[in-house]
Amino acid sequence: MSNSPALSLPAETSWTRFSNFWTDFRQSPVAVAALIVVVVVVLMAILAPFVAPQDPYNQETLDLFDARLEPGEIGSGGYAHWLGTDAAGRDIFSAILYGLRTSLIVGVMAGSLALVLGTSVGLIAAYYGGRIEALIMRIIDLQLSLPAILLALVLVAMLGQGLMQLVAALVAAQYAYFARTTHGAASAERRKDYIEAALSTPLPARHVLFRHLLPNALPPLIVVATVQVANSIALEATLSFLGLGLPITQPSLGSLISNGFQFLLSGRYWISIYPGIALMLTVVAINLVGDQVRNVLNPRRSR
Amino acid sequence: MPAALLDIDHVSKRFVKQSNIGERIAALLGAGQKAETVRAVTDVSLTVAKGEVVGLVGESGCGKSTLGRMVAGIYTPSDGKILFDKVPVARSQGRRTQKLTTRVQMIHQDPFASLNPRIRIGDTVAEGPVAHSIVRSREADSYVADLLGRVGLDPSYRRRFPHQFSGGQRQRIAIARALAMKPDLLVLDEPVASLDVSIQAQVLNLFMDLRRDLDLTGIFISHDLGVVRHVSDRVAIMYLGRIVELAPTSELYANPNHPYTRALFESVPRVGVGRKDFRPIAGEIPSPLHPPSGCHFHPRCPFAGPRCKRETPPLAAIGPGRFSACHLNTGGTD
Repeated sequence: MSNSPALSLPAETSWTRFSNFWTDFRQSPVAVAALIVVVVVVLMAILAPFVAPQDPYNQETLDLFDARLEPGEIGSGGYAHWLGTDAAGRDIFSAILYGLRTSLIVGVMAGSLALVLGTSVGLIAAYYGGRIEALIMRIIDLQLSLPAILLALVLVAMLGQGLMQLVAALVAAQYAYFARTTHGAASAERRKDYIEAALSTPLPARHVLFRHLLPNALPPLIVVATVQVANSIALEATLSFLGLGLPITQPSLGSLISNGFQFLLSGRYWISIYPGIALMLTVVAINLVGDQVRNVLNPRRSR
Repeated sequence: MPAALLDIDHVSKRFVKQSNIGERIAALLGAGQKAETVRAVTDVSLTVAKGEVVGLVGESGCGKSTLGRMVAGIYTPSDGKILFDKVPVARSQGRRTQKLTTRVQMIHQDPFASLNPRIRIGDTVAEGPVAHSIVRSREADSYVADLLGRVGLDPSYRRRFPHQFSGGQRQRIAIARALAMKPDLLVLDEPVASLDVSIQAQVLNLFMDLRRDLDLTGIFISHDLGVVRHVSDRVAIMYLGRIVELAPTSELYANPNHPYTRALFESVPRVGVGRKDFRPIAGEIPSPLHPPSGCHFHPRCPFAGPRCKRETPPLAAIGPGRFSACHLNTGGTD
């Protein structure tokens, strides 16, 4: 601790912080590959209407003569179905692109809503303490002891089918993870002197919560958020596979897998397998990226 | 004597160890131990006049920081009340403490923990005064620049983050943050204890200058008798939650009365005298979970008698402005 002016240190800008982050992130080639997969998947989902040869939402473009074509066969549309077609003559490649879209929208929406809800709940518990904290955290513990899929199943069965109902069920099943993480991080920060200084100024509660407590509790949440987006996608696929998610006319990866499941044993593997690979790639890639983000953000990581 | 700005009136603070549901059930069944109570501060009364600086001295765990935090409105007293300008400093709101005044500000011991690492220091300093309309937000920038200059920092540093500063600089930022609220009373909780000795002097001199310029009143908490002598008008010696001696600084240093105060002075290693005659106080400081009966100091006191074990000595006047809590002053220890 010397009193010499800290002039040699450059002011920390968001750009230098990002470039430091990136330098650390690319230490892992696997994570970089996973990031590329994620970017490609997201781009394909966004650009689906331009990339896909067929619009699976438009029933009129489906031709029953094209049903169950093998991968690479040329259908009545005059173009090759590189991943084959399903029993209704749907082009699997197009269906996967649109399915990715639905899955990502559901995953990201459920993930971010769960982030907002869970973080608020966890912050309130950590800030107020006492009975409020005990009550909230016992409810969270109770919920975490139930399998998320069970809770989501019950909720979807109660709310009915549809995109919004599905998102609501996923949020309700997953906010508890965010609440627990936020509560842990925020309780640790809550005891630090700068929070005490803020309370003894005194600053208004919203300042203490959102300017002091939340930003310092955020790093672990970013990691949980990435992983939970992947979990939401997988959970949605499970629900759709079980027939409780989205209908096949509004394909998601889960409903596509479910759609081809009955043909698996008859040798028409492509209807289920290709959506399955797409789902696996997406979920694994997001998880790998999330893991590396956690490694980079954790200063005590082992190198 | 000028009117008291701060009135600490028979204040006690107890901390009860929180038991969780499992322990409570175990206690109901007779298996667990009972909730333990730490008596951090016991029946302390003290007044601080406007413009005065009172030093609070004691070993770690004697309750001096707890008393300081109660004055700063971070804790509310379990018993008694703390009035600042005749108004309570804080009130308790459920389990939390709601501070009621902005005119008492605190400076923490560790400048590495007391600044939010994610906020630029200019914003840290400006946040309080803007939230309390002490300055308008568009004037905040020049207000902060002015304050940073006042505590001896380059005003252009205000766009930086805390990790870009050294310990001494951070403590100056913390002082600027406290001064930004235009306080009348500063609670300084060991403000230089975590700094290098050379930096300590700079920060202490800064504090003395500010005190003179701004007519500040202060409570200066420290375990360092040398530092306290420098900045305080009066000194209160605390031991295990109680004030055992209170006297004007010069008199206390010239002629300490309480055996604990004398032992403290003897335990300070002196530089340059040529003899090594400092004596550490015998024994450990007892746990505030189970304080000794009577006078808390009796197990370590060379003059202790049977009365010390039985009876708690009150803080009694032994001269003009001088108080001491020892049976030796009031008829002996038998």
